Amino acid sequence: MASSAPELLWVSLPQLASGAAQTLAISALGMLFATLGGVLYGVLATLGNRGLNIVLQVYLELFRAIPVLVWLYLVFFGLPIFFGVSIPSFWCAVLVLGLWGASEIGEVVRGALRSLPRGQREAGLSIGLSGWQLYGYVLLPQALKRMTPPTINLYTRIIKTSSLAVLIGVVEVIKAGQQIIERTYESVLIYGALFLFFFIICYPLSAASRVLERRWAHS
Amino acid sequence: MTFDIPFILSTLPAFLNAVGVTLQVGLIAIATSLLVALVNATLLVLRTPYLSRLVKGYVELARNTPLLIQLFFVYFALPSVGLKISGFTAAIITMTFMGGAYLTEVLRAGVEAVPRAQLESGRSIGLSEGQLLRHVILPQASILSLPALFANFIFLLKETTVVSAVAVPEILYTTKNYIALYYKTYEMLAVLTLLCVLLFLPLSLLLRYLERRLQHGQFGA
Amino acid sequence: MSALIEFQGFNKFFGEQQVLKDVDLKVQAGEVLVVLGPSGCGKSTLLRCLNGLEQAHSGHLRLDGQELLDPRTDWRQVRQRVGMVFQSYHLFGHMSVIDNLLLGPLKVQKRERAEAQAQAEALLARVGLLDKRDAYPRQLSGGQQQRIAIVRSLCMNPEVMLFDEVTAALDPEMVKEVLQVIQGLARDGMTLLIVTHEMAFARAVADRIVFMEAGRVLEQSEPESFFTRPQTARAQQFLEKFSFVESLPKTLHKELS
Repeated sequence: MASSAPELLWVSLPQLASGAAQTLAISALGMLFATLGGVLYGVLATLGNRGLNIVLQVYLELFRAIPVLVWLYLVFFGLPIFFGVSIPSFWCAVLVLGLWGASEIGEVVRGALRSLPRGQREAGLSIGLSGWQLYGYVLLPQALKRMTPPTINLYTRIIKTSSLAVLIGVVEVIKAGQQIIERTYESVLIYGALFLFFFIICYPLSAASRVLERRWAHS
Repeated sequence: MTFDIPFILSTLPAFLNAVGVTLQVGLIAIATSLLVALVNATLLVLRTPYLSRLVKGYVELARNTPLLIQLFFVYFALPSVGLKISGFTAAIITMTFMGGAYLTEVLRAGVEAVPRAQLESGRSIGLSEGQLLRHVILPQASILSLPALFANFIFLLKETTVVSAVAVPEILYTTKNYIALYYKTYEMLAVLTLLCVLLFLPLSLLLRYLERRLQHGQFGA
Repeated sequence: MSALIEFQGFNKFFGEQQVLKDVDLKVQAGEVLVVLGPSGCGKSTLLRCLNGLEQAHSGHLRLDGQELLDPRTDWRQVRQRVGMVFQSYHLFGHMSVIDNLLLGPLKVQKRERAEAQAQAEALLARVGLLDKRDAYPRQLSGGQQQRIAIVRSLCMNPEVMLFDEVTAALDPEMVKEVLQVIQGLARDGMTLLIVTHEMAFARAVADRIVFMEAGRVLEQSEPESFFTRPQTARAQQFLEKFSFVESLPKTLHKELS
């Protein structure tokens, strides 16, 4: 095994890249659905409907009590049994990340909306805005700044958690790395590279979140 | 859809053991992480020039990489340079590495949350920096950090499921094992779900209660 | 002439507590009504029932003959006819002044931009704030924001305007500019319901004073008679707190003490 480290990495690049693409795809789709679901959750949670709030609370507590990895297994093993459908593990991962992410982002959105002065809602209603218009033109735009830094932090969590997809068989970046290690035995190098891969993606996001939080910190 | 109850009952001893392992790994990780965090927080508060930056770098590294990668690195990569360790040990080391970083953040934020006025009044009655730390900052920072600390403890307990990937016999590993051996997927998943709800839901509700009692914001994780 | 607004046997509860008791009140078109009373007497609640921010429990509330206490009431329609201005103005902070004014006309009433804009700018000019057209609320003083809040409601072309203690949160030197705007609306013949603590203003602008206490309407009279010869003892006690005692004849003092 005379290959030097950079040479080895260079040769493995295509395989790693294809794995990385899977990781990024799972993460991106997860973030997308989590954001859409989260905004919906936040809006529904601030409508003041008691029945709705109970449903949302049960949903939230289910995803908080049961760890994400367990959810991955529940969906991966359980879906075929319960509903007779067998979906590829890639989409199991996206589904779980989306649902879990939505509950977390939803709480952020809910908190942000509730932190707005109550009068904004009343003033909006008083000029005849409908529910949709009230949230779309008045409440959500003003909640946006408060929602963004915590949501970006949740994005990094989603990206990190996507790594668990390897445990239900998705050929993403970790699996790709492990396949390379099987051939080359360069575990320190490859795992080190994976370490760096995630760090390079997540650190800028964390830093951005902090910068935004500081810049937008008003009352 | 019928439940094979006798089968479930036969697995209970194993699951009980698994819960024990979960708690073992979790509690040890919490304790060691807290120790690491206390050391780090002290270094940060004292603003030791070189070490503070090291601590900050460590925190960023551990918080921006997945637990699974850290775990695989310790378990699979280190043996190739001569260190052979068990899954259990790897789990503890990794969770301490990650947990220490998260808890350091919590403590740091707790210290920063102590109102400036407290420091000023402490100094103006003549307290030295060391006395200020011991009598004003640390007590108040501890209380301010409590909800976030507790939240992170729960987080660490839940993350123990990840160490199933290196064959530590906690609840998820045990479930997977039984499914692979006996194909009683439905029953085993139900038991797993029930265990998670019984273990973690009360903790989550306790946290909610704690937050309401202390009425402070969350920071850290 | 039938009333524009009519409360009849109107009741409202907050949980166990009854905040409006058997209120009977008629408001004619073009009338300026000022509602006075101690804190907690239900005067704000009365106003908020009129545009649906609060729901009543029993009785009748009619706007131009239409019963509003009906599950089928389209409150969005009602709110376009009954405008409301709040104590804390609540302008939309993320929008410029002109956008604040145009939101209702364009999105709710679906009017043409050119027409709505022309009206908004004309009204802004009338309150002397046309130069603040593109400013943001946080750049304006409380008095300026409140005048713009009034214009925001006026842009919807309401038949009735409700004012809920609109000067209570303002620094004293800005109170007058806001009251002048309201006075202008009164002179134009608009129907106004005003809740305020500004007694001199109430005396000057009202066609009728409505005095409330503990959820009931105790007294209704013309401003001059209310301030000089209140009919009820409670009204008398209320007015004493505002140092109008001097304006009352000395004989009344003796009778009450």
